[in-house]
Amino acid sequence: MTKVKIELNGQEIMCESDEYLMDIARKHHIYIPHLCQHDRLERTANCRLCIIEIELNGKRKIMTSCNAKPVEGMKVFTHTPKLFEYRRINLELLLANHDLNCPTCPANLNCKLQKYSGDLLVKESRFNGARKMLPVDESSPSIRRDNNRCILCGKCIKMCSDIQTVHAIQQHHRGFDTVVEHSFNHTMAESSCVNCGQCVIACPTGALTERSDIQHVIDALNTEGKILIAQTAPSIRATLGECFDMPPGRNVTGKMVSALRKIGFHRVFDTDLGADITIIEEATEFVKRLKSKKNLPMITTCCPAWIKFGEQFYFDELNHMSTCRSPQAILASLIKTYYAKKLKIESKDIILVDIMPCTAKKFEILRPEFSGEADYVLTTVELSKLINQMGIDFVNLEDEDFDNPLGESTGAGAIFGHTGGVMEAALRTVADFLGHKDFKNVEYTKIRGMETCKEATVEIAGNEVNICVVHTLGEARKLMEQIKKGESKYQFIEIMACFGGCIGGGGQPKFNEEALKKRVEALIKEDEGKEIRKSHKNPTALKIYEEYLGEFGSEKAHELLHTKYYLREYK
Amino acid sequence: MKYITEIVDLKKGYDELREDRITVGMATCGISAGADKTYEKLQESLLDIMIDPVGCAGMCYAEPIVTVMKDGLLSIYGHVTEEKVPMLVQSIKNNIVCSELLLGHSLEEIDYYRKQKRILMSNCGKINPLSLHQYIANGGYGGLTRALKLSSQDVIDEVKVSGLRGRGGAGFPTGTKWEIIAQKQGKKYLVCNGDEGDPGAFMNRTIMESDPFRLIEGMTIAAYAIGSDHGIIYTRAEYPLAITTLKQAIEIAKKHDLLGKNIFGVKDFDFDIEIKKGAGAFVCGEETALIASIMGKRGNPRFRPPYPAEKGIDDLPTNINNVSTLSLVTSILGMTGKEFARIGSEKTKGTAMICLTGKIQRTGVVEVPMGITLKEIVYDIGGGFSSGKKFKAVQVGGPAGGCISEKELATALDYDSLSSIGAILGSGGIVVVDDTACMIDMAKYFMTFTKTESCGKCTPCREGTTRMYEILDKITKGLGTKRDLELLRLLAMFVKENSLCGLGQNSSNPILSTLNKFYDEYLEHVDHKRCPSHSCKNLLAYTILNNCVGCGHCARVCPVQCISGRLKERHIIDQNKCIRCGACYEACAFDAIERK
Amino acid sequence: MNNHESLKPDIHKVLKKYDSKKDIIPALQDIQENFGFVSEENAESLAKKINSPLVDISGVVTFYNMFRLKPVGKYHIAICRGTACHVQNSEELLKYVEKKLKIKTGEITQDGRFSLEAVNCIGACAKAPAMMIHDKVYGQLTEKKIDAILDSMK
Repeated sequence: MTKVKIELNGQEIMCESDEYLMDIARKHHIYIPHLCQHDRLERTANCRLCIIEIELNGKRKIMTSCNAKPVEGMKVFTHTPKLFEYRRINLELLLANHDLNCPTCPANLNCKLQKYSGDLLVKESRFNGARKMLPVDESSPSIRRDNNRCILCGKCIKMCSDIQTVHAIQQHHRGFDTVVEHSFNHTMAESSCVNCGQCVIACPTGALTERSDIQHVIDALNTEGKILIAQTAPSIRATLGECFDMPPGRNVTGKMVSALRKIGFHRVFDTDLGADITIIEEATEFVKRLKSKKNLPMITTCCPAWIKFGEQFYFDELNHMSTCRSPQAILASLIKTYYAKKLKIESKDIILVDIMPCTAKKFEILRPEFSGEADYVLTTVELSKLINQMGIDFVNLEDEDFDNPLGESTGAGAIFGHTGGVMEAALRTVADFLGHKDFKNVEYTKIRGMETCKEATVEIAGNEVNICVVHTLGEARKLMEQIKKGESKYQFIEIMACFGGCIGGGGQPKFNEEALKKRVEALIKEDEGKEIRKSHKNPTALKIYEEYLGEFGSEKAHELLHTKYYLREYK
Repeated sequence: MKYITEIVDLKKGYDELREDRITVGMATCGISAGADKTYEKLQESLLDIMIDPVGCAGMCYAEPIVTVMKDGLLSIYGHVTEEKVPMLVQSIKNNIVCSELLLGHSLEEIDYYRKQKRILMSNCGKINPLSLHQYIANGGYGGLTRALKLSSQDVIDEVKVSGLRGRGGAGFPTGTKWEIIAQKQGKKYLVCNGDEGDPGAFMNRTIMESDPFRLIEGMTIAAYAIGSDHGIIYTRAEYPLAITTLKQAIEIAKKHDLLGKNIFGVKDFDFDIEIKKGAGAFVCGEETALIASIMGKRGNPRFRPPYPAEKGIDDLPTNINNVSTLSLVTSILGMTGKEFARIGSEKTKGTAMICLTGKIQRTGVVEVPMGITLKEIVYDIGGGFSSGKKFKAVQVGGPAGGCISEKELATALDYDSLSSIGAILGSGGIVVVDDTACMIDMAKYFMTFTKTESCGKCTPCREGTTRMYEILDKITKGLGTKRDLELLRLLAMFVKENSLCGLGQNSSNPILSTLNKFYDEYLEHVDHKRCPSHSCKNLLAYTILNNCVGCGHCARVCPVQCISGRLKERHIIDQNKCIRCGACYEACAFDAIERK
Repeated sequence: MNNHESLKPDIHKVLKKYDSKKDIIPALQDIQENFGFVSEENAESLAKKINSPLVDISGVVTFYNMFRLKPVGKYHIAICRGTACHVQNSEELLKYVEKKLKIKTGEITQDGRFSLEAVNCIGACAKAPAMMIHDKVYGQLTEKKIDAILDSMK
């Protein structure tokens, strides 16, 4: 790597020769508009909005900055009248073939096309003529696709194919007729889509958004004679603030609880408790498997997108999956049984709304084995819209606490929201179970961080355990191929479909990697601040076992807290 | 190293070419003019003389072409359709020349060939494309024999000295390209780009159909020079005859150890060729799209670098040359690089194959020395226009090229001169249009082409080509404004400077060059709603003049019954109903209908 | 080529020699040659055989002009819309055939005999205007000539 000197908008700077000009400019606080560039995806330079003018050896020309590298003596101009004119034409061309009913678009005010058009003072598109008129795909419970708002940046495809290896979508046809579709005109619901929503995060416009359940929830709130309960997933508190222009990484648990009460929920419970119980069951299961050496490696199953992925592509290897439900499903089950019994009401008199970081959770609650449990899922982004609709001044809310009894959780539950967290929480409990004592050390830092595949060998009560933590399904596929071939060296694996884990979920506000790191920090800080940092020490959890479930891993626990998997066909 | 005589029976080849022999041009244009029937009829005639199917001599205008070599006298006959066969057979039997069909006794005698220089096409229409004997007897495999006596670097140097530039369109020096890839280690691919998609260009097909061994030899030389053992010819599925011919030729070459392992007995010189058929996408002529297509993907071009020489098929170094380029390599090694460099113009060496089509007398494939003027091509070779029609423009380089007006006809045909007047040689299609053609319609036609061939990857080309088409369509319908012309120019410049690949970047050339050279014609359409060449239907008006005799013929041919009038009285056209089909105008025997 | 109605070839035999993603295009060409078009079912067989996502195959099928997702007529007419043909009025010829067969471009006649398509340059420019019916090129077309050719096809 060598340093080169270039001139950026008249200012001399030094930069690395293998850095891209767009990134160099960003470091120097100059933002070049772009629609198709994404740090984790191949740079295909197809939106052409990030054009710059460069001058080299007296020759001036236009090129895209996302994939161009600097050369000694190069003069770079990022914002010239000519570039403004061309960028404007580029946007006008996109707008001419776009559903311009912006106020009714789910991505209204959260759309790059809209933002750039405003920034560049595009008044109207000078081009009019043919415009695509395509049906909106609302077949999926999780994701809605409106191709009339697709600008063909291609990020969703790269996300789905290159990162997730789900291959649910691809470009079809060509030229002006190019459209992103599933194979042979199938709907999203019929496709191999696992509902992870990483495409939604990548989409710069309103072409891909979550399937909104806000109206259903509003209707439910106005139903007489029902108890309305909300449960909030571990990662929401670290991201919801961003929807209200608060800086990334601000923990807003108190405001969130307060807002949910103001919206009209009678009880607000913490999915972190579900996470603690997940860990108790999962650790019990793992210890059993480790001792019997059967069905190893064991793989975590908190992530519904990963579960569908496994059911579709690795059905023969599903014996490796933990049978434990996700924290959401565990708490939902307990709310509709244990808690209903406590209140002496029938489960149907409770309407349970899950606030989740995840579009796939909308699919998960529809699984037949979970029927009658959670009623609706709202994503973080949907919750923020509901808060706005209800006229709540979120930023200035006073903090409030979760309701009892299902509001108490440990530090272990808190870190479920980021990659490696489930594994770390599980190891804390597994160690105590295996060693029959209360170990002091609770931090397993080797499996923290943003690398998509993290492996470690940990010594737990005299046992050497090979563990692996992956996020993104492409990495999961690699592990599954090893298992399929009988070559896996691991005993315990954590898989999360989304980059970063749930804090990077498909229902979260759009993010960059900096924001993601801040979100993780918020959760780690929450863990560190907790007095109890091990799931099996959660007094509420222990009380539920004592009063209702019996022993860890009991028959009743299996009935209410475990699940099964199916072979899933897809097109 | 083996000698040619070990490989084939040379005498057989010499004899076949010298003794009494009838040939029928059986390439695609020949067959579409009925040469297959001519060939059948000739065989049925039971002449005691060998009848050999040959390729295309380039005289598409005179197809089917039959040559007769008898007692040392060659006669070239044109327009020999099946009904003319008995007449020809009779004259052969009578040992006389059939003067009615005669074009000449040698190519040089025919006007069409006088200004041509045939290097690439020296075998075309002369030898049986699938006769290895004839190919070798006519000098074939001399190039490879010579190359194998040189080191691979010497071969590259020879090509560099020749000044050969890629004939695919961009004109990059071939030797330099080879030198880059020769330095790479490990497996390399050699791809011959025969995805000739420019409408109006079919010289690659001509070579593949008429002289396949020349291409195979050229590829083998290239493989030797760059160190590749795996050749791929990528060609259009729309060329079925070329594909079968090549496949058969490859089999023959393999049988004679001219492909396969230890070629010519040279140890470890292995090279094989496979054919990949395209599936109908013009953009696959672009090298990165071509690689995507070979890899089984959608033919989307990608940004370069990395160039295919770094990362091509299977991410391995891949060298891509055009059919003409590789075939010229055979000739360069057959002579010497220096000799080749003497042909052509200062900056562009050698010859160019051109497809000459459009409204001129003689159409077909021609091979001309670089530097020849367009005027010579249109008038001396093409024979000018049929009676009464006047020159209007030449479109060079297909949908990526530009048009050339009468003023610029003295321009020399080479890369640099053409680019100086806003055109490109491209793959070498020349379409000549006369004054019945509307240049806006012409530009619109090319936009129809590019918009359906755009891959859809980048915004400027995907959206821009459709919008350019729509503006042009508006203008040809008389709905355009001056503002549209400015917008069109701006958009055309935008697409040119912002598109990702060559297809997009060059797609606006037809618009920019017509805007520059035929702006008045645009203005006529926009300001006066008139199409000077009477080509844009919506801008036409038919009126019946005073000299109408009232014969009623026009009323009878009108498909929408919009002409009325009593017999022997002047008729009237109902302008609201008229669909401007022109049937009445064609039908009137008294010139009593005016078209404006 | 025209026997796809009477004799259905075995897809597994057709796909036998294909085993990598690089084979998608040749395999699809083979499927089309044997079955007349690419059905979803056959594409699925190909996807399984070469271990490719089905969506990539449907992406390829719809990208390239040559592939058809529906059966074509016994005689598939491809009218050339290349430059030389355009200059020689191929647009009018296309309209003429549409009128004659009472179908639009891209459609098939009710009796299944003819289907019509407009294609890019088939390279018979010097014989413009031209058309292709299966692998045979017909040049210097006029309305009369088209009548004679099509009427002879039963």
